[in-house]
Amino acid sequence: MTTDIAATGQADGTPRKGRAVRLSVRDRIALAIMVVIPVIVVGGLVWFPTFASIGLSFTSWDGIGGITSAKWIGTENYHQVATIYPGFWPAVRHNLIWLAYLTFVATPFGLFLAYQLDKEMRGSRVYQSIFFLPVVLSFAIIGFIVQLVYSPTQGLVNGLFGTDVDWLGDPSINLWAVLVLVGWRHAGYIMILYLAGLKAVDPSLREAAAMDGAGEWHAFRTVVFPALRPINIVIVVVTVIEALRAFDIVFIVNKGRNGLELLSILVTNNIIGEASRVGYGSSIAVILIVFSIIPIIVFVWNSFKDTEQA
Amino acid sequence: MSDVRGHSPDAPETGHSSLTRRKLVVAGAAGAAAAYGLSAGGASASGLGASIFRKSTAGTVTFGSNASDPVPKGAYANVFKAFTAKTGTKVDVNTVDHNTFQEQINSYLQGQPQDVFTWFAGYRLQFFAQKGLLTPIDDVWATLKPQFASAFQNASKGADGKFYFVPIYAYPWAVHYRKSLFAAKGYKIPKTWAQFIALCKKMQADGITPIAFTDKDGWPAMGTFDILNMRINGYDFHIRLMAGKARWDGPQVKKVFNTWREILPYTSDGALGLTWQEGAQQLLNKEAGMYLLGTFVGQQFTGADAKDLDFFAYPAINPKWGQDSIDAPIDGFAMTKKAKNTKEAKQLLTFLGSAAAENIYLKSDPNNFGANKGVNTSKYTATQKKSAALVAKTAHIAQFLDRDTRPDFASTVMIPAIQQFLNKPEDVNSLVKSIQKQKVAIFGS
Repeated sequence: MTTDIAATGQADGTPRKGRAVRLSVRDRIALAIMVVIPVIVVGGLVWFPTFASIGLSFTSWDGIGGITSAKWIGTENYHQVATIYPGFWPAVRHNLIWLAYLTFVATPFGLFLAYQLDKEMRGSRVYQSIFFLPVVLSFAIIGFIVQLVYSPTQGLVNGLFGTDVDWLGDPSINLWAVLVLVGWRHAGYIMILYLAGLKAVDPSLREAAAMDGAGEWHAFRTVVFPALRPINIVIVVVTVIEALRAFDIVFIVNKGRNGLELLSILVTNNIIGEASRVGYGSSIAVILIVFSIIPIIVFVWNSFKDTEQA
Repeated sequence: MSDVRGHSPDAPETGHSSLTRRKLVVAGAAGAAAAYGLSAGGASASGLGASIFRKSTAGTVTFGSNASDPVPKGAYANVFKAFTAKTGTKVDVNTVDHNTFQEQINSYLQGQPQDVFTWFAGYRLQFFAQKGLLTPIDDVWATLKPQFASAFQNASKGADGKFYFVPIYAYPWAVHYRKSLFAAKGYKIPKTWAQFIALCKKMQADGITPIAFTDKDGWPAMGTFDILNMRINGYDFHIRLMAGKARWDGPQVKKVFNTWREILPYTSDGALGLTWQEGAQQLLNKEAGMYLLGTFVGQQFTGADAKDLDFFAYPAINPKWGQDSIDAPIDGFAMTKKAKNTKEAKQLLTFLGSAAAENIYLKSDPNNFGANKGVNTSKYTATQKKSAALVAKTAHIAQFLDRDTRPDFASTVMIPAIQQFLNKPEDVNSLVKSIQKQKVAIFGS
C-alpha cells in the first residue's frame, strides 16, 4: 500500500493528497525495507507457524523422519482430544475459570488499588512499589513462592493456621490456591496501567461531578470510568491474553497435572519431549488459537468502529 | 515433560527438607533455571546443534553426554582419560543438561549427533532402534557377551534381537526402611502380602505412617504400579502391557489397582502434594516406616542415618511369581545411525562396557552398581553390594514404567491416570477404560 502511494505520487509529478510528498529513491528503498522486514517477520514468525500448526493438526506425526512421514488422518486428532483425552475438558474449564477470575476479581481489584493510590495518600509510592513487586518477579520465582507458602508439611499457610490442608495436591483446591497468587500478580499489573490512565483523566471532570453533588461511587461510575475507555480496551486484551497464555506457574507447581491442567500445558506436554505427538498437540494448539482469536476479533472490531466514528 | 528425569538421581528438585535460607535460594534458582530451559526450548536446541561445528578428525570419537552434574561428569572424564591412554583415540565430549538432552533426543538423533551418546535400556532404546536412528553393535557384543548377565544382555537388545546398547550401571527400586526403627519396634521384614498388610496395621497402631508415598511429580507412583503388576500378573504380562500388546481394561490391570487400593489407607496423607524428597524426610524422621523408591533415596541420608538405611524386595503377592521381578533401570550408551567414526565409536563402546571402565566410573558414583560381572566389588558400599545382590538373584529386570513404554504414553496418559486413581481410588472401571482408549489411540491398536 505504502509503496503504491509512493509510486503514484511519483508518476503524477504532483502530490495527490496533502501529506504525500515526492519520494526520492532513497526514501522508497527505506520504505520498502520498512515494509518488507515486518512482512517477513510477521509472515515467518506468526502466520507460517500458525498455518503449519493447523496443517499438522490433521496429521499423525511423531517428529521423526521429516514432515513427509506425517500421516494425514483428517479430524481424528480433534475427535480424540474431545472424546478420550481426560485432561482436555478440565483444561478448557480451568482456562475459563482463569479468565473469569482475572476479569471479575483480579482486574477490578487492580482498578480499586489504582483508584485508592491515585488519591495521593501518604506513602502512595511505597504502596505502589509493594503492589507492583510481584509483576517484576518472574513466574518461576512465584512458582517457588507457591511451594513455600502451600507445602502441606513445611508450608507457611498450614504452619501459621495450624491447618492440615493439602493446598497443592488436592485437585479441588489447588487451582484456587494458585489463582490467589496469580491474582496477586495480575492486580499489580492492572494497577500500574490504571494509575497511568487515571493520571490522564482531567481533574476538572471530577471537580465538576463533585460540584453537581455526585457521590464518590456515582462520580466514578458515570464520569471517571467512562473517561478511562481507551485504557479499558488495553486492560481487556491484557487480561484475556494473561488468562489464555497462563503456563509458568502451574508448570512449576506440578507440571500442570492433577487439577491444574491448562490448554497451554497440554500442548507442551504433547509436543515437547521424546516421541512427540506433534499432530495431536497441534490440534490442541489450534483450539487454543481459536479461543484467542475470538477476543482479538472483538477488539479489532471495536477499534475500527471507534476510528470510523471519529 | 517426562518425569523420567525425576527418577534419575541427579535431577534438581525443589521443596527440600529443611528450609534454610541458602537452600531456598539455591532451589529457587534451580526452579527458575528449569522454567527458563522450558520457555527457551529453541535456545536449548541450539546447544545441541552446536555440535555441528565440531569437526571430527581421525583418531577421535565424539560423545554426547547427558551427565551434566559435576559428579558423573567428572567420572566420565576419568573414564575417557583411561580410554585415550589405552587406545590413543581421543574423545570429544559434548555435555548437555540432563533434562534438555532427554527432551531434545528426537531432533538430536536426526540432526548432527555425536557418534556415541548416553541413553537408557528398555523400550526407549527399542523405539529409537526401530525408527532406524541407532547403529546395531552386535560386533561389540561379541566381546562383551561373556561379561554380562543375561538380564543385562536382554535389556541391551532392540525388538529385532540385535544389540544396540552397552550398559554401565543400574539401580534397583526396593522398599527402604530404617534398621533401628524395625529393631526398636520388633518389626519383621514382610515376605508376603499378608505379612505386609499386618505390618502396616501394626505400624499404624504405633502412630507411624506405614508407607511413605509421594507423587507430586507424577513418576514416583509408577514404581508402585510396576511392582504390583509384576507381582500379580508376572513380568511377561507387564512387558506386554507396557509395549501396548495387552489390554488395560482387562481383569489383570483392574486387579492391580484394586490391590493398590488395599494399601492406600497406610500411605502418606496428601501424597499428590509431596515430592519424593519429602517422603524421604518422613522415613528419615521415622514418621514413616517404609518407602518404595530407587536407591537414590540415599541421597537424603547422611552419616549414621545413611548406615541405618536398608531395603528389602517388595513382598510376594501371587505365589506363581514370588519375588522374581524388579524395577532396576539401566543406564548406558548407544551409537547413533549417523556416526562418522564408526571404528572408534565401537572401540569406545567396547571399552565402556569393560569392567575396567566401570570401576573407574563407580568410584565416584556410590548410588549405582556396575553392570559388568567383572566389576571390582571390594570397594562397594553396603548399598551397592545389596543392590547388586538383589538384582543378581532376581530373574526379570524391568526398566521402570516410563522407560518400558512409549514416552508419550507414559507422560500424557499414565501420569494423569495414576494421579486420577489416587484421587478417586474407587472408580477403577472407568479409569482402565479411559486408559485403554488412549492406549489404542497412541499405539494404534
